[in-house]
Formats: sequence, structure tokens, C-alpha cells
Amino acid sequence: MEPFLEVKGLFVGFKTYMGKLKVLNGVDFRARQGEKVGIVGESGCGKTTTMKAILGILASNAIIDEGEIRFRGHELLGISKKGLNEIRRRNLTMIFQDPTAALNPVFKIESMLGDVIRYSGNFEREKVTKKLLREKSLDALKEVSLPDPERVLDSYPFQLSGGMRQRVCIAMSLATAKDLLIADEPTTNLDVTIQDQVLRLMKNLVDKKNLSIILISHALGTIRNTVDTVYVMYAGNMIEFSETRRLFSSPLHPYTEGLLKSVPKLTGAGFSEGIEGRIPDYITPPPGCRFNPRCKYAMEICRKESPRLLKVGADNHEVACWLYNKR
Amino acid sequence: MPIAERIRRIPARFDLKRKWYRFSRSPLSIVGLVIVVASIFLAAAAPYITPHPDQAGRATDLQNKFLSPRFAYLFGTDDLGRDVFTRTIFGFQYSLTMAVVVLSLVIPPGVILGLIAGYYRGTWIDAVIMRISDVFIAVPPLVLALSIASVLTPSVFNSMMAISLMWWPWYTRLMYNAASALRNEYFVQASEVMGESSFRIIFVEILPNCLGSILTKVTLDVGWVILLGSALSYVGLGAQPPTPDLGTMVSNGAMYLPAQYWITLFPALAIVIIILGFNLLGDGIRDVFVEEVR
Repeated sequence: MEPFLEVKGLFVGFKTYMGKLKVLNGVDFRARQGEKVGIVGESGCGKTTTMKAILGILASNAIIDEGEIRFRGHELLGISKKGLNEIRRRNLTMIFQDPTAALNPVFKIESMLGDVIRYSGNFEREKVTKKLLREKSLDALKEVSLPDPERVLDSYPFQLSGGMRQRVCIAMSLATAKDLLIADEPTTNLDVTIQDQVLRLMKNLVDKKNLSIILISHALGTIRNTVDTVYVMYAGNMIEFSETRRLFSSPLHPYTEGLLKSVPKLTGAGFSEGIEGRIPDYITPPPGCRFNPRCKYAMEICRKESPRLLKVGADNHEVACWLYNKR
Repeated sequence: MPIAERIRRIPARFDLKRKWYRFSRSPLSIVGLVIVVASIFLAAAAPYITPHPDQAGRATDLQNKFLSPRFAYLFGTDDLGRDVFTRTIFGFQYSLTMAVVVLSLVIPPGVILGLIAGYYRGTWIDAVIMRISDVFIAVPPLVLALSIASVLTPSVFNSMMAISLMWWPWYTRLMYNAASALRNEYFVQASEVMGESSFRIIFVEILPNCLGSILTKVTLDVGWVILLGSALSYVGLGAQPPTPDLGTMVSNGAMYLPAQYWITLFPALAIVIIILGFNLLGDGIRDVFVEEVR
């Protein structure tokens, strides 16, 4: 079966005055219809950049050097603006990290939600009335279990709380039929109880509508409870891929291992060992595997050649590391 | 009335009523508003409320020249025996017209160019628009306006053109900064993800977020345009005698200082008061908007 979304060998750089930042270093990534995929990684490892590349909203100094992004058989790189807009309107949707900033402060929720429904819903133009839009907007808000949706519709974004805003954002992105929801750290800015509610809500809606979702997060707990499969990203590479449970129980890549160990425990057993060092400088990234300067198993070959994401064992477990990919 | 219903009836903070309430809390803003409204009223009603409307333009009454302020001539008379009070009030007309014409010529292109450049930040479109505007900004406004006005024949119209030509880049710059900051806001990216056209993003998503700063700059600029217009008239490149322009009047009167101080003093005071009024109003509006945005 042809994957629904496939990113192949994506290289993206950013032009800056200090030189070119080589951020994405051949990202490979797949998502199937109805699948919940998670991406984890440190801040600055290129999670958001990958998603922005898929949606075509990279900053203007970004350069896509090579790669392919195929969505339902359409090549998204080099597609016309009109074609891309069509796909964005009909198929793709995104929830951003900061729900405060994702809503235009000068419009009421009603007019924003109404516009989304008007332009991406499949209505015949003449049939769109104010009443219909309001009804549909109310339905969308009820779906995300917002109390008193009438009042929310008549509010400006700043009159709502953070959790409410994120619900509004979710309502907006799911108000019309879509295929793929990209959620870029949707709960990072919310407090834990709201986080839990929002995630649960998102998961239910995604299941109900049989959407695919790509959930980006650096919170491992969030990922573990929400998604089917996980990609681990490090410095512009997907370094490990597996089913969620498997990844958490038996991580292969040294980085994943370290990442799982860095999580502070609620039991208060002190700080964990974690990973030394930080994400490499993207202007002159280390040759070979980008993790080699921080890796305690680094070998000769790690400094020379970068490993590819390859299947290890019989199960659906892939890793990009020379420890496993013997030549 | 159920609580939910009552909450729904609370006017939103962006409503004009709330804005007005906030604005009216500041006495200085009210003073500004009163001055502005009064000067617009005086300008509009000049022919009906001045004691000697016939003396506004080409008129002489040499028997009464250089009269000091008195009841019949509140601000005294000038070297041709014309009532300075009448001419000052008529001067409001020229000054305000100048401000209105210049700003309505300048704002649409300046704002549109700035929004476009800001939205396409980092591309050649940005480079072209902003480098052109930099050229205009590099030269001090008064010098540029002076040099343009001196090439053209001196007249009110030409001085407006000269000021307009040097004024638009300031709006472009303002909008450029605003738009390129808003451009990276998530709500703009969200609209892109939803497949909105660039046109819609620029004019429907970004522009309304800039209205506060545009409005503020406009009220502040009214004062500056009047000042610059007066300066051009003062050096003889703007309105020509006998047009009752405040700047021209100050410049003519300067010859008779300090003995006949009133010929200069009152038109100059009028300039100061108009500018003060618009600046206070501008500050008031900015306070209201800045607080809203936060």
C-alpha cells in the first residue's frame, strides 16, 4: 500500500549571515492513513522544520536542497501555490504550540470559525448563510466539549483561557473534513490537567474521524499515551522508528536510550543520567553520524559516514546507527 | 436573566464604547480631542465667525495697519491693515487641508507597500521596496521637501506634492516592521496552513492588526505635516501671499519683530496649539490601542 504521507531524503538548510545552517539532514518519514505518529526529540532538532516543510510554510530564508514529500500521490515540493492551497484547504490541518498566538486577536471566534467553514467546507456558495455558519460553528465547538459555546463564539481570543483557546484551535482544524492533522506540541503551553483533557479530546476526535495525526512533542509521556508509532529525531535525522510500546521498552539507538533516561521521575529518585552535551552546531555539523560527539559507543565509522534508517530484526523497528547496521 | 446570558451581553473590549471609556479617563487626551474638534470647527466655519472675512485674502486697509490687539482686532492688524485674527482662523483651513490631502495621498501607498514588503520579508520584493524607501528616508525630510519644492513652482499644491513624496516611506517602514513581526505569528501561519491566499492574509489577517499603529501615526503626523507645510511657506516655497497660511504669516511678520510682535505671535501660537492638539490625541489613541493589544 502506498503510504499516505511520505518524506524521503529531505535536506533543508537556512541561509544566515554566519553561513548556511544545514538543519534537516535527509529526513525519512512515513505515515499511513488513520495512523497516529509521534515525533520526539530535543528542541531545535528539526521536528517543526520537517512539519513546516510538509505544509510549505518554511521561513523565507529556508532552502530545500533535495528530497521528496509525497502526500496521497501528490508531490508537494514544487507544487503550484494554488495546488498547495487546495490541498491545505481540503486535506491538511495543523494545531500550533501556542493557542494564544494561533488566533488572530482582532476577530471574534465566530468570524474565524465561520471563515474556516465557509472556505474549506464543501458547501455550494449560494447556500452559505450566516445562520448555517453559526450552526456549524456551534457544532464544531460542541464537539470539543467547550462549555457555553454561544458565549465562546461571541468572544475575542483574549477573553478565553489557554485551554479554551486550544480547544477552539482544535475545533477550527477539525471543523471540516480533513485527512491529516499535524499537532506541533499542542499541549506544551497548558498546565497538566488541561494537557490531559486536550490530549484525550484530540485522540477521541482523531479516532472518531479516522484522521491521521502527526504529534510532535518533547514530552515522552504525551507521546507514549497518544500515538501508535514513534519517530525519534536528532539533529535533523530520524534516528529511530518503532511501535510506541516497543520503543519505550527496548530502545536501540544510544540517543533514544539517553532520552528515556533523562526523564525526571515523579518518585524523586534524584536526577537521572541524561545525555551530555547539546545539539550540534548546524553550520559545521560533525561529519558522519551527527550524534557521534555525544555518543559513548562512537566508533571509527561513526565519524566518517552517516548511517541510514534501516530495519533491525523482524519487527517493525528501524534505527539509524552503526551499532546495528553492520556492513 | 441567567448568568450565561448576562455574560454574553458584556460588550467586548474591542467595542468602541469600551475604547471611548478608556480614552476618556485621560484628561490630556480629552484636551487633545477638544483642540482638534475645535480647530476643525473653526476652519469650517471661518467665513461666518471671523469679524473681517473680506480681509482673509487680497485686501488692504492701510489706515489701520500695525494696530495692536484690541476689541475690534483681537490679534491686531498686519502690515497691510488686515485683521490677524481673521487670517489666523482662515489659516486653519489651509493647514488642515494640507494635512488631510498629504496624509490621504501618503497612507494608502505607504501602508500597502509596507505590508507587502513585510509579508515577503527576505525576498527580492522586500529588497526592492525597502531600498527605494531607504533612499527617501536617508535624506532629512525638510531638506528633501525643500529641494523638491524649489524645483517646482512654489504653490500650495506643489508643496503638498513635495511633502507627500517624502512622507510615504515612513508608513512603509512602520508597516514593514509590523507586518514582518506579525508574519511569524502562529495565526498567520495557521491561515497559510488553511490555504488562504496571500492577498487575504495580508489584507484580512495582518492589516486589521496594524490599524492601531496606523491611526496613532496619522494623528501624530497631522502635526508634523502642518509644521512642515508651515516651514515650506515660511521660506517662501509653499503658499504664496496673499493666501492666509499660518507659516507665511509668521514669516512675513518676522520682519516687524519685536515691535509688532502680534503679527508673528498669534499665527505661531495657532500652529503650536494645533500640533499640540493632534499630538495629545495621538498619544491618547495609542494608549488605548496598545493596552488593547496586550
